[in-house]
Amino acid sequence: MSPASPSSIPSPTVAPAGAPKGARIIAITSGKGGVGKTFVSANLAAALTRRGLRVLVLDADLGLANLDVVLNLYPKTTLHDVFTGKSALDEAVIEAPGGFSVLLAGSGMVEYSRLTPEVRTQFLNVIQTLAPRFDVILLDTGAGISDVVLFSVSLASEVIIVATPEPTSLTDAYAAIKVLATQQKRQHLRLVVNQAARAGDGRAITSQLQQVLNRFVTTDSGRPVRLLHLGDIPADNAVREAVMRRQLLLQGAPGSPASLAVAQLANKIQATLLS
Amino acid sequence: MASTTPPLPVDLRDLRLETACALAGQAGSAIPPPGMAPAPFLQGLIDRLCDLSLKDPLTGLANRRHFQAVLDAEIDRVARSGEAALLLMLDIDHFKQVNDTHGHVAGDRVLQSVARTLAQCVRPMDTLARYGGEEFAIIMPACQAAFGKTVAERIRRAVAEAPVQIAPGTWLEVSISIGGAYAMQWIRSSPVLWTDRADHQLYLAKAAGRNRVCIEPQPDSTVSAEEKGMLFEPLYTPSDWGALGAMNHSGNAP
Repeated sequence: MSPASPSSIPSPTVAPAGAPKGARIIAITSGKGGVGKTFVSANLAAALTRRGLRVLVLDADLGLANLDVVLNLYPKTTLHDVFTGKSALDEAVIEAPGGFSVLLAGSGMVEYSRLTPEVRTQFLNVIQTLAPRFDVILLDTGAGISDVVLFSVSLASEVIIVATPEPTSLTDAYAAIKVLATQQKRQHLRLVVNQAARAGDGRAITSQLQQVLNRFVTTDSGRPVRLLHLGDIPADNAVREAVMRRQLLLQGAPGSPASLAVAQLANKIQATLLS
Repeated sequence: MASTTPPLPVDLRDLRLETACALAGQAGSAIPPPGMAPAPFLQGLIDRLCDLSLKDPLTGLANRRHFQAVLDAEIDRVARSGEAALLLMLDIDHFKQVNDTHGHVAGDRVLQSVARTLAQCVRPMDTLARYGGEEFAIIMPACQAAFGKTVAERIRRAVAEAPVQIAPGTWLEVSISIGGAYAMQWIRSSPVLWTDRADHQLYLAKAAGRNRVCIEPQPDSTVSAEEKGMLFEPLYTPSDWGALGAMNHSGNAP
């Protein structure tokens, strides 16, 4: 699988980011907020860690992150301190409850939610420095298709879109897929359907989206972008409870259906993306 | 607290207004008549000074400062409203040759004439500014992607079709190159990035031979009614909203 070309927008001037050496970089994004993107990132990281992988979750939702909330972390040092030169990068990479590493943006990052060339360079430097030390870097991006999101996604070789079966979430996921396909020339993207009502929902949704993409979205290659169904996470009260307790689902309710689904996702990612 | 305090009386004779009045007068606007009450007099003077600080003296267009302020505001507006907005950067082709061959007075005439032509091409809601040197910029709010190229092309043609009289009996043909980029909808970008993108297109227009328009293809993040119709066709009908979806869209199946 070849890494996707970096986008021409938002960054016609930046040097091709490509995939830095080392870790496989996977962006986790969604068209719409509140679909469980950060929940998926954190629990997937924990599941991958249990498979012996060195995992870093990078809070790429500059300024509007809630990875700290999901993981109940109050780090003294964040990406903001690294960007402002107050701290070394190593101090900002901390260990999360699931045994993986996280790099949090910090609330001071609000000023960086406007993507300037300096922020881009600094962000690239951080990833390039960290990539050799990990097997997987999960970029927990912001929702929507802001230039910060497009930029961080452009650094990833694989993109996972998280959506729920609601019409609004699907419409926004479709819009995001369309932009990523046409702008970043992505040949394929992967879909995780969260809060699936029943088995088979995710596959049905994927094929429904694929049909619309076939009809309306053509890439430069002339072929439609391929949407690959990575897996479903069933609607499960255990998720809500874990989120309210600010605990990883894999730790709080390891036997729950959603937890098992996350473990399956991790298996599939390890088998298809990391081997 | 402040609203209950009575306004302080101002005696115009206590103020040193000569420089301000001279500046306003220089700019060609009439100074408020001296017999006026202090408040309207000062308001008039302040208005003229504001005008002066926002306009380019040579062409009378918005200056760089004004342009930046409008650009900032437009970015916020687009991010909030999701409306389309187009930024055009325009540059007079081979302007240095005009200056070198015909002198700076002729150069100024060209700038003024092009500015007048451009001013006739834009809508009242657009902001036309002299960006610097022989470069102009136009911020066009509510400009749909489908029309941007047509509008820019019309502007380019208007300039190409209006020769400039630089001396009695001497006319000069002038052309401009135009680069354009849309603000990203629902997205907060930055003025620097947006200008960079339009500038890059201007560079492409220049490199492709000048007197032409290049507009960045817009990332299409809008989902049309037709696409939505197909997204929610009853191919997929999960238990929770399937019945409703099927009802609403059963007539749309191709």
